[in-house]
Amino acid sequence: MLFKDTLIQAIGAISAQRLRAALIILAMGIGVASVTVLTALGESARSYIVNEFEALGTHLVIVLPGRTETTGGQPPLFGETPRDLTLEDAEALSRSHHIAAIAPLTIGSAPVSTQGLERETNIFGSTYALRRVRHLTIAQGSFLPKMDANKAMPVCVIGQTVREQLFAEQPALGQWLRINDRRFRVIGVLASEGQSIGVDFDEMVIIPVASAQALFDTRSLFRILVETKSKQSMYQAIDEINSIIKARHEGEDDITLITQDSVVNTFDKILAVLTLAVVSIAGISLVVAGVLVMNVMLVSVTQRTAEVGLLKALGATQRQLQGLFLTEAAILSLAGAVLGLLLGQATLATLEAAYPNFPVQLPAWALLAALGVSLFTGLVFGVLPARKAAKLNPIAALAKK
Amino acid sequence: MIQLKNIHRTFQVGEQTVRALNDISLTINKGEYVSVMGPSGSGKSTLLNVIALLDKPSSGRYLLNNQDVTQRSDDELAKIRRENIGFVFQFFHLIPRLSAAENIEMPMILAGIAVKERKLRVVQTLASVNLQDRAQHRPDQLSGGQLQRVAIARAMIMRPEILLADEPTGNLDSKSGTEIIELLENLNRQGVTLMIITHDQALGDRAPRQIRIVDGQIAQ
Repeated sequence: MLFKDTLIQAIGAISAQRLRAALIILAMGIGVASVTVLTALGESARSYIVNEFEALGTHLVIVLPGRTETTGGQPPLFGETPRDLTLEDAEALSRSHHIAAIAPLTIGSAPVSTQGLERETNIFGSTYALRRVRHLTIAQGSFLPKMDANKAMPVCVIGQTVREQLFAEQPALGQWLRINDRRFRVIGVLASEGQSIGVDFDEMVIIPVASAQALFDTRSLFRILVETKSKQSMYQAIDEINSIIKARHEGEDDITLITQDSVVNTFDKILAVLTLAVVSIAGISLVVAGVLVMNVMLVSVTQRTAEVGLLKALGATQRQLQGLFLTEAAILSLAGAVLGLLLGQATLATLEAAYPNFPVQLPAWALLAALGVSLFTGLVFGVLPARKAAKLNPIAALAKK
Repeated sequence: MIQLKNIHRTFQVGEQTVRALNDISLTINKGEYVSVMGPSGSGKSTLLNVIALLDKPSSGRYLLNNQDVTQRSDDELAKIRRENIGFVFQFFHLIPRLSAAENIEMPMILAGIAVKERKLRVVQTLASVNLQDRAQHRPDQLSGGQLQRVAIARAMIMRPEILLADEPTGNLDSKSGTEIIELLENLNRQGVTLMIITHDQALGDRAPRQIRIVDGQIAQ
């Protein structure tokens, strides 16, 4: 029997049962569509977050005070050490040759007011290096001036949201802003950044680190952001940071270093596993569709018992009969897969139109995998009915009217 | 051409063993015209199924063209059937979704014959059963006599040497029944070995050689 004839006969048999075929194709289509949409969402979330982190610079090292034995889980956000990180520690780090920029960081929350308008917001105490390390863009004016980190200075840089809320009617530059009981002159406004890994720079007021320490009455730093000269020098830089701080902290290894790499890798892994889990759940619908294919094929075999018996009498071998029914199952599955891909793409296009900031794309491997898996389920679940057809006793089959 | 030697066929029905064929020995020569008659349940359909290679005898030997076909696999038997035996059934057994031409073409599709050759043979065969103008009609658009002519065309398309007809006129009125019988006898005159199973005494009497089966045995 020629392959082309097998195909033609299978298509003929399918088109004789249009409604049933359409329903099974729909079921398979929904399965494939859900798998592709969820894969695309998972993959997009992963690449979105990874990109977001990489936008911060891939050779960023974050120095946190304190050290907890890491046994997995989140890195310690708040140190548990009697020895704080200080401005002097930050300055000492500049001795390393592998470090390009150091931005000490103090954060706190304080009421900010001007001309009777007041709101509570986050205060970032840092130096001019923060701009480079966090890739900040200035919309108006200038960033914090380059100066000794120990020196306080009554100047601040504000985010877009703060500007809109406090200086809606007038230019912000040059105005005085009261933070707690101190006054700072606005020297710059940040360009709108949007959310960046949980830190909303639009809601931020940035002041010199020494001023922030005075404001919050503390000597300790929240963390130190370090940009190394290159990705290659990151590991030497980490060793040097460790040894410099150790020497300053009486030989105690009491800081935690987080590299951009490790954060990205962790998120990458977590999200990959998450995607896999979600896609596996969607995969269940494919299995259900497979069972439906089997059911439809079994009905088909039963309804066509006389035909199968006739084909046997006319000299069809078992292999030919199996081929016929398997081809039918495969065509149904493939048609379902194609429909599913179309449905999936339509859903993704709708999502993309609704959330233009979140790029959704279906990776090519997922597309091929969806096609492959649906074909595979169709064939696996088609084997039983096909075998049943091939094994029919021709006499009994022919006797059936 | 067909040699049956001491063929037995028994069925197990519950506790009982039913002897459908009980020691049948029979030789049919090439080009013969044989009718098989007998009351229902006598075993004549089982005999036909055995000869048609659709059923395997419980014991005994069956030589087809001097080759033993008792111990062949299902697929080998399928191929032998395809090449050597044509069937005509009481209930026609045409595939309802296929046109007359496509039904006739089916054995050649199974045999893997090229499309061009198939089309040619279908046209010739349709002409030989006088159905040229019905080629594209589906079975539900044809009369009983026409359906049986399509079935005969399908049976003859592989040019088998043996044509087995199981109650070929059982579902037809007498006029089309006579037409069908004349068509079959005409094929026999062209050299095809013809074996007809029937209840109908008048039909059975037309054959030069008549075999009566009673209780699974040939009654002389």
